[in-house]
Amino acid sequence: MAGLLVYVHHDDGEFSPQGLGLLAKAAGLGGEVTAFVAGSGIDDGWAGSLGGHGAAKVLVADDAALGGLSQPIVDALAPTAAEADAVLFGAGVVSADVAAGLAARLGAGIACETTDIAMADGGVVATRPALDDTVMVESGFSGGPGIVLARANAFPVREGASGTAPVERVPVSVDDWSQRASLTGRETAEGGGVDITEADILVSVGRGMGGPENVQLVEALAKALGGEVAATRAVVDAGWVPYSMQVGQTGKTVSPKLYIACGVSGAIQHKVGMASAGTIIAINKDGNAPIFEFADVGVVGDALAILPKLTELVAARKG
Amino acid sequence: MNIAVCVKEVPSATSQRRLDPGTKRLDRSGDSEPNPFDVHALEEAIQIRERGADVGEIVAVCMGPGSAQRVLTKALALGADRAVLVTDAALAGSDIAGTAYVLAAAVGKQDADLVLLGQQAADADCYVMAAAVADHLRRPLVTQVAELRLDGGTVKAKRQAEHGYDLIEAPLPAVISVSDAINTPRLPSIKAIMGAKKKPLETVSAADLELDAARVGGDNARSVVREISPPPAKSEGLRIEDAGGDSAEKVVAFLSEKGLI
Repeated sequence: MAGLLVYVHHDDGEFSPQGLGLLAKAAGLGGEVTAFVAGSGIDDGWAGSLGGHGAAKVLVADDAALGGLSQPIVDALAPTAAEADAVLFGAGVVSADVAAGLAARLGAGIACETTDIAMADGGVVATRPALDDTVMVESGFSGGPGIVLARANAFPVREGASGTAPVERVPVSVDDWSQRASLTGRETAEGGGVDITEADILVSVGRGMGGPENVQLVEALAKALGGEVAATRAVVDAGWVPYSMQVGQTGKTVSPKLYIACGVSGAIQHKVGMASAGTIIAINKDGNAPIFEFADVGVVGDALAILPKLTELVAARKG
Repeated sequence: MNIAVCVKEVPSATSQRRLDPGTKRLDRSGDSEPNPFDVHALEEAIQIRERGADVGEIVAVCMGPGSAQRVLTKALALGADRAVLVTDAALAGSDIAGTAYVLAAAVGKQDADLVLLGQQAADADCYVMAAAVADHLRRPLVTQVAELRLDGGTVKAKRQAEHGYDLIEAPLPAVISVSDAINTPRLPSIKAIMGAKKKPLETVSAADLELDAARVGGDNARSVVREISPPPAKSEGLRIEDAGGDSAEKVVAFLSEKGLI
């Protein structure tokens, strides 16, 4: 098949918004857009709903081996992908693994962290911000399909999507070696608690806060402001706070009116989850931290010393 | 069992990073260091040995220019037993697909049961090398691993995904990429730094690896940089140096002015 092939990842019966947004982007480029869905027990009607998001056709690879890990998906996708002009992948842990495995399988060029896609000179051109977003790099492809991996939240999902596209099932052949890794369990975020995506004010804790004993300083400021506490991946992985509080690529995407980042360096994987906040205030000892590049107010100083005073002043003002 | 750790040479965190407008490639003339994520991978290899697994050797593998020798010497000081530098003018400018092909060929020659990489390179921020290398080697893959345990010939890994944590098992030989949450890398002792110079550091060429010349180097890159340009202009933020200890007052004044409190 010629044209653009968009791999749409899904999990727990829901399509990834990253894949849906990419479909909408691809549909706006003028060519024929085909969506590719891989899994076990895929419903045709559900797959066809991708038509509302921009797919002209949906290819379904359905096999018991397609249980959520990337390597069997590469096997299922490669024959179709080899014939495409370009294969597009939304951000995501498994989605990125499929994209990378496919690039190796096809010997194809791959562009990562893509935030814009265009057609030029008869091919796909991918643009990404690089080096802490200080430069934009535009890449094209030669000698076969180009593989484009998007940055998280780079492409918005079409609102009020409706409509369906024809669904076609493709033959699937999965190698033995691709099935050696197995998903044996999951630890999902616990239910209940606060939904940080609904908060107007978030105060977030990063590794620069030193240790879990200092999270209370962030909690106190959040309470004084009437906001909630959020966190970076590093402190969640370190066990300071639960995963449900994580903002970023593998966590929540938030856009509060005010986001106060305490001891947060501002790595890309955190930035993609909070860059659309109304006002960003950063407090960090390291004056070279990337977060100062996109904060509205950057305080170069020790958050451990500044937070108690800030909390006191805010409480006094509000009280 | 043996462990191979892939280590990339990246510009050091303190250096001024830039793209060369002529070649459109990263300017690598400044100070360099081992990719910090790969240092976590090396630390994990050492800890696997320290936790009691029967690790024959830990070999650090790097593809890069001659200057990357310094990075491998650091890997030897940190605890690798030997190092292999794949360096060849014919490999310069290889893209991700080409680099994965070369690394897989180099690692494939090391008799390694476990291949470890960092989950991303600090200079490119791409999370792709482990999956590409695993595909070339036709070995099971687990990426972005935050906890790793070896149980006989099986790796048991925990990694963060978009919904929480996945628990994944894979038999050896396997390819694993690690997150920076997996451990805290040690600093090498003076003795280890001195000892690193006595450990074997082998240099191999494209010919040594019997590589297909049409799959490597800048001329054969399948992903080609067309343009580099400045990012869209944005308004400069307000910067407050906390020298006088009055930054809290300034922040409150700002919040008040903006109507946020």
